[in-house]
Amino acid sequence: MQSSASLQLVQDFTFKVYERPIARSILAVFFAFAVFGIFIAIIGRDPVEIYTKMFNGTLGSKVGLSEVGVRMIPFVLAALAASIPARVGLINVGGEGQLYIGAWASTGVAIYSDIPTIWLMLPAMAIAGFIGGAIWAGLAIALRHFRNVNEVITTLLSNYVAILFVNVFVFGAWKNPAGFGYPYTSNFEVQAVLPTIFDTRLHMGLVLPVVGIIATYMFLSRTRWGANMRAVGGNPDAARRRGIPVLRYIIIAMLIGGGLAGLAGMSEVSGIQHHLRPGISNNLGFMGFLASWMANHNPIAIIGTCFLIAIIVVGGDVLQFSGNLPSAAMLILIGLVLFSVLGFRKLERKTE
Amino acid sequence: MNDIWLVLGGTLTGAVGPGISVLYATYGELITERAGRINLGIEGSMLMGACFGFIATVETGSVTLGVLSGMVGGSLLSLVLAYLVIYRNTNQLATGFALTLFGAGITAYAGRTYVDSTINGLNPITVPILSEIPKLGIALFEQDVLAYIAYILGPVLFLGLHYTRTGLSLKAVGESISVAYAAGRNPYMIQIVAIAMGGALAGLGGAQLSLGFTHTWSEGMTVGRGFVAVGLVIFAMWSPLRAMVGAFLFGGAIGLQLQLQTIGAPVSPFILDMLPYLIIIFVMSLWSRAAARAMPEGLKGVLRATT
Repeated sequence: MQSSASLQLVQDFTFKVYERPIARSILAVFFAFAVFGIFIAIIGRDPVEIYTKMFNGTLGSKVGLSEVGVRMIPFVLAALAASIPARVGLINVGGEGQLYIGAWASTGVAIYSDIPTIWLMLPAMAIAGFIGGAIWAGLAIALRHFRNVNEVITTLLSNYVAILFVNVFVFGAWKNPAGFGYPYTSNFEVQAVLPTIFDTRLHMGLVLPVVGIIATYMFLSRTRWGANMRAVGGNPDAARRRGIPVLRYIIIAMLIGGGLAGLAGMSEVSGIQHHLRPGISNNLGFMGFLASWMANHNPIAIIGTCFLIAIIVVGGDVLQFSGNLPSAAMLILIGLVLFSVLGFRKLERKTE
Repeated sequence: MNDIWLVLGGTLTGAVGPGISVLYATYGELITERAGRINLGIEGSMLMGACFGFIATVETGSVTLGVLSGMVGGSLLSLVLAYLVIYRNTNQLATGFALTLFGAGITAYAGRTYVDSTINGLNPITVPILSEIPKLGIALFEQDVLAYIAYILGPVLFLGLHYTRTGLSLKAVGESISVAYAAGRNPYMIQIVAIAMGGALAGLGGAQLSLGFTHTWSEGMTVGRGFVAVGLVIFAMWSPLRAMVGAFLFGGAIGLQLQLQTIGAPVSPFILDMLPYLIIIFVMSLWSRAAARAMPEGLKGVLRATT
């Protein structure tokens, strides 16, 4: 009798844990790591050694932890770039391209303006980056509005165009004449560089995602506009009947999204690279998109999913450096984590 | 003036080769979308096809086995999407996009030791008589065997889609799952088969790219061809015959870009590289309203483009 009662207790407990979204997500992440561990074992490596190295290189040391923070800056901004448009029902898969254009625009300000002080230069670069990303995203919305072209494919393809667009400049007019023929722009002057903090590579660009998360959270949950956005995303026709200017919300959400991705680009060139070169991003924008979906577009949850992805990416770099695994393998792990988190989500009633 | 004709002639002859891989991916996506599902993982499936097709050809020396491995690779990847979107009800776009990154990771890992490998691969077969048609002959009938299969596959898919029981079931599922169910079909099984076939065709396209077009493997070598295919399906308004037009448009854009580079046009090569993507975005916007009306009902929730 007693054993069946305790069994009931265990069952209740598991059920309760399983009913909580956060618990389910954590379970899903462990599941993905387990599957990846099996994969590591199959290719003849030691999963315990790999995971230990990943842990030591990320959460286990000050340098590792700060590197995770460094990666989180662009991830969070790129995730918000997907999540804010998602609120009004738009799919922005163009974060990568918007990031490149933002980096390009802020580099233009850094190199070709004569702004003397850091207090004016950095805001000017940030504004340029934001506007650059916003315009790039706005093109997709213009095509959607005027020509009925769905934004998924236009934003996807515009990533490739943006990367080539940056190449036009770094291989051409903006190439550093003293750069031994490498496709880099000249290095930024000191007033165009985001200062580092805590004696690490962590830089003041950290302000951007922190403010971004707080502002997005407050805006979405505490203001009428946030509620209206949800209404637009849920059912645009109903929202229109309630007198909400649907088109305006759609345009603004997409522009803010593109602008935030542009800020990610600004913080990368100003905080990390200190010049513009091809391939500055290496999938940052795409990872942000996945982080946003994993978090169900919730700004607070985005912190968690970006933290996780940053750990995987930084851990992957450590493994690549020590020759354990090529960093491409980390894309496999990130894919597994996303499939698992989405797949473990509670099934909603099918709307058929 | 001579230059212009040279460029146009070269574009025409160069349009078919680069278009074939995209054409297969477009067929694949078209079948998937006709069944009411959208697969953004088609880019990943192409990479799987290109990578595993190449590896199998290097290891076995048989191109046939290479092509088959590519198809199996592309198909397996798309089955992950089928399971997640149908049985776990995940978002199709996010799942498909993650699948592309997943495929990019797998192929970058698996193919990293094959980057410098060389293969004989698929070589052009000249069709007698037909290749002597002025202008078009060389462009169309001096291609590898997969190109000829692709020419035939378009009309076959068209007939299959509109005049066979299987094709009609597929379309019915794409229009309404519940109606198809009520008519005694198994809609989810049909969708799974369509997604798997779509992945296999994308894998075949990828295999054609690495085995027939470039004869090499490099990481991320499809550079968006799978996403181009998703755009072309809309351009083609879900018709396999129009898909052929679209794929050769993409091929023509690549041909034009190569021709302009050859004659040394005074433009940055990167601007020329943008051409294929810009042209696809442009043609998608040409009759996008008609396309929105022609869209299978099952896709309308996902590919909404009105506000």
